[in-house]
Amino acid sequence: MNELALLIGATLSAGTPLAIAGTGLLVNERAGVLNLGAEGLMLISAVAGFAVAFHTGNEWLALGAGALAAAVVSAGFGWLVIWLNTNQYATGLALSLFGGGFSAFVGTGYVGRKLPEQIAHPIPFLSDLPFVGPALFRQHPVVYLTMALTAATAWFLYRTHSGLVLRSIGEAPDAAHALGHDVRGIRLLAVVVGGALCGASGAYLSVVYTPLWVEGMVAGRGWIALALTVFATWRPARVLFGAYLFGGVTMLQLHLQARGVHVPSQFMSMLPYLATIVVLVLISRNAQWIRVNMPASLGKPFVPGNL
Amino acid sequence: MITLDVRPTPSLLLSVLSPLIAFAITVAVGALLFLALGKDPAHALSMFLFEPFHGARALTELGLKSTPLILCALGLSLCYRSNIWNIGAEGQFLVGAITGGGVALWVTAAGVGMNRWEFFPLVTLAGALGGAAWASIVAFLRDRFNANEILVSLMRWLVFGPWKDPKGFNFPQTMSFADATALPRLIPGLRLHWGFLAAIAAAVLMWLFMFRTQHGLQLQIGGPAPAAARYAGFSARYAAWTALLVSGGLSGVAGAFEVAGPMGQLTPYVSNGYGFTAIIVAFVGRLHPIGCVLASGVLSTFLIGGELAQSRVGLPAAVSGVFQGVLLLSLLACDTLVHHRLRWSTWR
Repeated sequence: MNELALLIGATLSAGTPLAIAGTGLLVNERAGVLNLGAEGLMLISAVAGFAVAFHTGNEWLALGAGALAAAVVSAGFGWLVIWLNTNQYATGLALSLFGGGFSAFVGTGYVGRKLPEQIAHPIPFLSDLPFVGPALFRQHPVVYLTMALTAATAWFLYRTHSGLVLRSIGEAPDAAHALGHDVRGIRLLAVVVGGALCGASGAYLSVVYTPLWVEGMVAGRGWIALALTVFATWRPARVLFGAYLFGGVTMLQLHLQARGVHVPSQFMSMLPYLATIVVLVLISRNAQWIRVNMPASLGKPFVPGNL
Repeated sequence: MITLDVRPTPSLLLSVLSPLIAFAITVAVGALLFLALGKDPAHALSMFLFEPFHGARALTELGLKSTPLILCALGLSLCYRSNIWNIGAEGQFLVGAITGGGVALWVTAAGVGMNRWEFFPLVTLAGALGGAAWASIVAFLRDRFNANEILVSLMRWLVFGPWKDPKGFNFPQTMSFADATALPRLIPGLRLHWGFLAAIAAAVLMWLFMFRTQHGLQLQIGGPAPAAARYAGFSARYAAWTALLVSGGLSGVAGAFEVAGPMGQLTPYVSNGYGFTAIIVAFVGRLHPIGCVLASGVLSTFLIGGELAQSRVGLPAAVSGVFQGVLLLSLLACDTLVHHRLRWSTWR
């Protein structure tokens, strides 16, 4: 019973980075911009966050630094794809390659360094409850903030005027432009906010979750987050669910390995990826559904006055 | 305020100049990076620009690195021309390495009597089938999963478990393949193998397919102009499946060549990121088969330069990733100038 509680706790913690990045990418894509550079952004912010945490010892400052670094880089990405109309797929891939190389390059001095001891964040009283205490209430604050972020994103997209404008720009930029909305400006804003969230996610990985810096430590989570947005049919709550699913299977297989279950460990480490693919494919087996929900102008450039 | 005006026709001059400008920007960024690290930029850059061409052995090593890049980039070019954004070449490469390595291991372990020339088509076929099978999953799902972690784990499992070398001191690798399974060499004593010529031949075949057959035309229309393609009776699904299967097959062959050629055994470190680098090769080569061959030369100098910079100047090998990313980013930015004209305008 106690083991199950710890497993749930670990699941929430492991799913959090995917949920943050997935939500950021969802905001991007709702505005019609596809950012395949998520993996690179997360790597750059992971090293930026780690460096700040290492020198200042303040993890909130580190998370902010990660978000800022990724916001700056994604602003450059946004300028290329929104103003110069470069191919979004190719530009994103280039960003991923650049981020992988650049972070390894900058981070060589930080490999193997240790961060100062982390402080636990139990919620008083609630964390002492049996079962639910260790399962839910001894998490890092970012875990709760992520849940709030999901709710806030859903509220913003579906219950506010600005959210409606954002979605309309992803669906029909020409119509939004005709109504007087600044399509390019809003897209850039969405790209920067989405990038900053990817950055916060990367910094969470290197500062809170792991916590250490190794070359390529994001380990494909940026790609998983991108895939989550598709299979979640661009709904925030489903992104959160997919993220926890991935985190849960990751933790479950580690747990089974520790128990000495006789399945080769290399085989087990495929499980989170396989399980996430299988479950999400099953959920979204209706291809029509994805097509209907997909922002209609996703990946397509917009040139004002060029209809 | 600068605005972009669409040119009525793309500028021919700039479409040739744009890769050169991008290359110059990349070199400049590299020099700044080396300065920031306190290395002599001229010395460090010579690792990238001159050393890879120094002597016959170095040149054949360039050809060796180009082989997988050409093969992967050809398939990717076909996909991108068909408007299918395949980013899975790395995975298809890995599956090709597994199936090609499996065949080589089977020949080795079973002691099948074959010579190198008899094995060459066999390993090519194994790689092509493996890569195409993996690509067909992608074609079926049409997703953006970059699920290479699955493949790397699968490979780890194989080389740690059933395929492990019994005399390998527990290293994660298969036993060395029998001599008969090695690809035939082009020049005795040097590692360059016939796979390089096969890649060049593939480029010529791809050129014929793209520009001289109706199937090639169908694919290229179906992607960018689906409505026009439908009107002409071309099927978009047919285009997607063909492009992905051809691309997967070529990437798989690249993987099989890599294990049967320079590696001689299967290890989890077979790839070196060729599938990702090939994306840049495809774009720098203007999605044109002959361009891919030329661009693979440029990118393999970066790969070799990165290794040299690591061993001789003490720079992290990841610097070659920075070069690759900067090259593609600046190329894409320069390409804007091919189709657009910059105009200074006042605020409206």
